[in-house]
Amino acid sequence: MRRFAIASLFFAALLALWQLMVMSGRWSAVLLPSPWDVVLYVRDAVGDGSLQQATLVTIRRLLVGYAIGLMFGLPLGLLCSTSVFAADTVGVLSLGMQTLPSVCWIPLALLWFGQTEWAMLFVVVMGTMWSVVIATDTGARTIPPGYARAARTMGSEGFHKWTRVILPASLPFLISGMKQGWAFAWRSLMAAEIYVTILTGFGLGHLLHYGRELNAMDQVIGIMLVIVLIGLLTDKLLFAPWERFLHRRWGTGIKPA
Amino acid sequence: MQIPPTDKGSLAVDRVSKWFRTRATTVHALDEATLHARPGEFVCLVGPSGCGKSTLLDIIAGLTAPDDGSVAADGQRVTGPGRNRLVMFQDSALFPWLTVLGNVLFGLKLVPGLTRARRLEVALDYLRLVGLEKFAHSNVHELSGGMRQRVAFARSLAPDPRVLLMDEPLSALDALTREQLYEDIQRIWTERRKTIVLVTHNVREAVCLGDRVVLMSPRPGRIREEFPIRLPRPRDINTAELTEYAARITAALRAHMTLPAL
Repeated sequence: MRRFAIASLFFAALLALWQLMVMSGRWSAVLLPSPWDVVLYVRDAVGDGSLQQATLVTIRRLLVGYAIGLMFGLPLGLLCSTSVFAADTVGVLSLGMQTLPSVCWIPLALLWFGQTEWAMLFVVVMGTMWSVVIATDTGARTIPPGYARAARTMGSEGFHKWTRVILPASLPFLISGMKQGWAFAWRSLMAAEIYVTILTGFGLGHLLHYGRELNAMDQVIGIMLVIVLIGLLTDKLLFAPWERFLHRRWGTGIKPA
Repeated sequence: MQIPPTDKGSLAVDRVSKWFRTRATTVHALDEATLHARPGEFVCLVGPSGCGKSTLLDIIAGLTAPDDGSVAADGQRVTGPGRNRLVMFQDSALFPWLTVLGNVLFGLKLVPGLTRARRLEVALDYLRLVGLEKFAHSNVHELSGGMRQRVAFARSLAPDPRVLLMDEPLSALDALTREQLYEDIQRIWTERRKTIVLVTHNVREAVCLGDRVVLMSPRPGRIREEFPIRLPRPRDINTAELTEYAARITAALRAHMTLPAL
């Protein structure tokens, strides 16, 4: 309760600061809308359904792209950790691709897939997959060899070894890798949506883009807030339970005072 | 346990040799090591570090292949790891992603033909045997070093192996915990009669636990001498007879070592 109060106070102070800046009159209302204007925009956008629609479109792209990225990233990462051949080929490729900002894929995606959902998916997958490959590879390589030895003596091999020993043993790395992959997917999707207008669905990035075109700063800031909120929520809903499990089982992490 | 017995739990190591090659040098880890154990016998391998005792244990476990010679367990040639020979490691190697009970169940789940209820029953039975039934749902990191080794003991006993291989299982523990575990290991071994091969560099520990103490010396790793221990059980490590045995074996060990004693 006390923590909640402190957090509320902090954000209230931020809001107050914002309001004070608006009231000082130094900046034009077009460039700096008041918090209340933003609230009004969000209310209207929710009222006519456009915000929910855009959020749905964006989240669907994100989830599908992220799932595909994981589907390929996890096994490829495991492969890299066991096979020298895979490490020298896929491993090096992943390392290189991971350093490439995913926005750089957009021109290629546009030319290959045109203004379609596939272009969007492609960019998200490219943003996610490589970092998942690298995190999985690192995770599987860092497992104490004792676990695999103990499992082997008890008759664990092949698929059982991978799913019951190697994967759970590398969980600490996997989760940070999956979080990183998620963050990259999110960033690349936003970039793609701002850059590329496609007719099959308007996402949050498009609303952001139109906000700029129409000089509607209340819309821009409102959408940005929604994007931040979605990011926070996924962290709390998707990853926090895993991290709690991790800390409980492994006994890691310092309890905040 | 109603897992049908494969054989009696005999162990035969015949003239096993092993070399480890690195780019810079070749280490002769084992030189024609021969070791036999009767079913239900407790054999302790003693020697200084580098004498190849852990390598020998790995070869018996099937984790490492010998360069020469052969190993047979239950009358069958060892070609890889097998459920009839389970290993208990120095660092316990318990899985942190599983609870205590989950760790004991891990090996049981790989035994064919056990129902879920039966597995649970067996696992709890072994946790009770090592005195940790109250900790079944604890996490591994919440246990002390001694408790972890007890869980590791239960985990390797639960699938009912014929042969139990123990690789310095107590050397990372403090003296008091270790003495408590000497009692437990003797009690459980007397009850369950597994063939046990235990590797240690602690001569008194070997005398306390073993029916037979086998001496090894390094460079190259060789089996040198055997000492049958004729002391009544359960043995207390602090008795004069045991200390006397240990002194004799330590003297023999020094004589076999090429390097001067510490």
